[in-house]
Amino acid sequence: MKSLILLTGARFLVPLFLVFSLYVLLRGHNAPGGGFIGGLIAACGFTLYAFAAGVEAARKALRIDPRTIGILGLICALIGAFASAFTGQEPFAGVWGEVWGYAVSSVLVFDIGVYLAVFGGMLTLIFALEETA
Amino acid sequence: MSWLLALPILFPFCTAALSLLTRNSRWSARISVAGSVISLILACLLVGTVMREGVIATQMSTWAAPFGITLVADYLGAAMVLITAIIGLATAIWALAEIDDDTARMGWHGVYQTLLGGVTGAFLTGDIFNLYVWFEVLLISSFGLLIMGGRKEAIDGAVKYVTLNLISTVLFLCAAGLLYGATGTLNMADLRQAVADHPDQGLMTAIAMMFMIGFGLKAGVFPLFFWLPASYHTPHYAVSAVFAGLLTKVGVYALIRVFTLIFVGDQGFTHQILLWVALATMLTGVLGAAAQSDFRKILSFHIISQIGYMILGLALMTPLAVMGAIFYLIHHIIVKSNLFLIAGVSRRLTGSSDLYAIGGLYRAAPLLSVLFMIPAFSLAGFPPLSGFWAKYVLVQASLELEAALVAGIALLVGLLTIYSMTKIWAEAFWKGHPQGIEPALATISPRIRWLMLSPVIALAVMTVIIGLYPAPFLDYATTAAQQLLEPTDYVQTVLREAVK
Repeated sequence: MKSLILLTGARFLVPLFLVFSLYVLLRGHNAPGGGFIGGLIAACGFTLYAFAAGVEAARKALRIDPRTIGILGLICALIGAFASAFTGQEPFAGVWGEVWGYAVSSVLVFDIGVYLAVFGGMLTLIFALEETA
Repeated sequence: MSWLLALPILFPFCTAALSLLTRNSRWSARISVAGSVISLILACLLVGTVMREGVIATQMSTWAAPFGITLVADYLGAAMVLITAIIGLATAIWALAEIDDDTARMGWHGVYQTLLGGVTGAFLTGDIFNLYVWFEVLLISSFGLLIMGGRKEAIDGAVKYVTLNLISTVLFLCAAGLLYGATGTLNMADLRQAVADHPDQGLMTAIAMMFMIGFGLKAGVFPLFFWLPASYHTPHYAVSAVFAGLLTKVGVYALIRVFTLIFVGDQGFTHQILLWVALATMLTGVLGAAAQSDFRKILSFHIISQIGYMILGLALMTPLAVMGAIFYLIHHIIVKSNLFLIAGVSRRLTGSSDLYAIGGLYRAAPLLSVLFMIPAFSLAGFPPLSGFWAKYVLVQASLELEAALVAGIALLVGLLTIYSMTKIWAEAFWKGHPQGIEPALATISPRIRWLMLSPVIALAVMTVIIGLYPAPFLDYATTAAQQLLEPTDYVQTVLREAVK
């Protein structure tokens, strides 16, 4: 089903979804939010685009296969989880370091990993369902 | 200590990542098997430590209880992790024979390991919201496995499965939210005291009922079981084996945990409901099975009736009954996964799972017939197999409470189980093939044959061992039941971490 209204609306909404998902991801460090919900919001954006313009167009806009994104996310999350093993701390303990003067922690790496894993995993399922339907 | 508890959860995800990275090569499946072996070793270490030191607990990221996420293993939790690893390995090996290259390229083995990680997480967490997270992991990965079957009916089954499980998950989430709002804590050990101290016990009972419905839907109890037979007969046999063995048991485990640790204030109400639910589940499951003629559908309905026995043990709430429920849980996971794997072998030999369209397996594959008899009769409760002891303990527990009706129904359901197993035996194994085809094990290449038969043999041997030497297993289950009914050790171990 092609609808001009939905397609035009989606062009506006998809970038908003994506920016908001990043905001929620970063906000999650100290406030409600985080990788899981951020990834879901981002996946919503691309799902909307897939409904409006077709799965093929959504895959093209995404450029990377959602499965690859999911796998990268899983690996990223595991790195975040295991980082504390190398400093001899408890599992999932935050390991802090400095990158260009900013304090960066393994917690953020874990959250970004979850974000990508949820985003990739969800889109894999939704695209697969849309294509078989 | 903390890594000992975290690694059984994290390791399957590492295996999943590696397996997904190599999904275009043959290594994907091999990594899955190798990872399952290491998971099994980790689970053995965990059980060994728990048996030596009692309940062990740790806080993730050093955030103290009751604020951070607790991982905790008592006798029940550790045993469930071990049995997950055993079934995980058996099915990973069996899957080598069933999952073709196309499905493997979709990442089947990786998603399968994610599922195992999710199951393990649910058994080890000591935090009710974290339990919800593991339920989500389970739901997403099981949906992935279901739709990888690819056929229309598999997707139909998957959508039913996911929709109804989503309802259960949302209900669970609402209940957790209400509980958090009322008590201000999500830590299960902390909740025990907080729920008992809450001034409004009526509210607590209402929340308990929401948990009961949420977990009951997952476990497939009466009257919430209808999604189960609608979806378990469509996917790959490896998928349905691991679903049948493990997924509904996560629901049962959650029920046991929540209704022994947290909601014990109004047992006259909650456990009375559980008792009637258990009896109705046992009867409807076994009667539903009698009306089916598909190998896997019969087995699916039997999952339901067997779930009833476990809930029965929980509902009676005596040490003997809870011990029986735990023993039943362990025995049933081994037996039921094995039966689904055997259904897969017979499908491979005869080309169908419709009992009226197949036959002649006894003459063609006597070894398979023997292997079928062991779990089938164990399921029905024949001595000297594991199911006999499981049923014996539960019947004795109900007789001790002078609940003759309960004991009578438990025995009747056992009898009706034999009817279904005999039906499978008569149709698939005993009678000749309707088209005169003689299926033979020899027609399968030796490699595939042994990949399929070795997990079946291993699980059957376990059933026989538990049947012949039940004492250590019964002792273990007794200690597990004591820990559940007197959870001071559990609560103190978790909350002592808070002081540190």
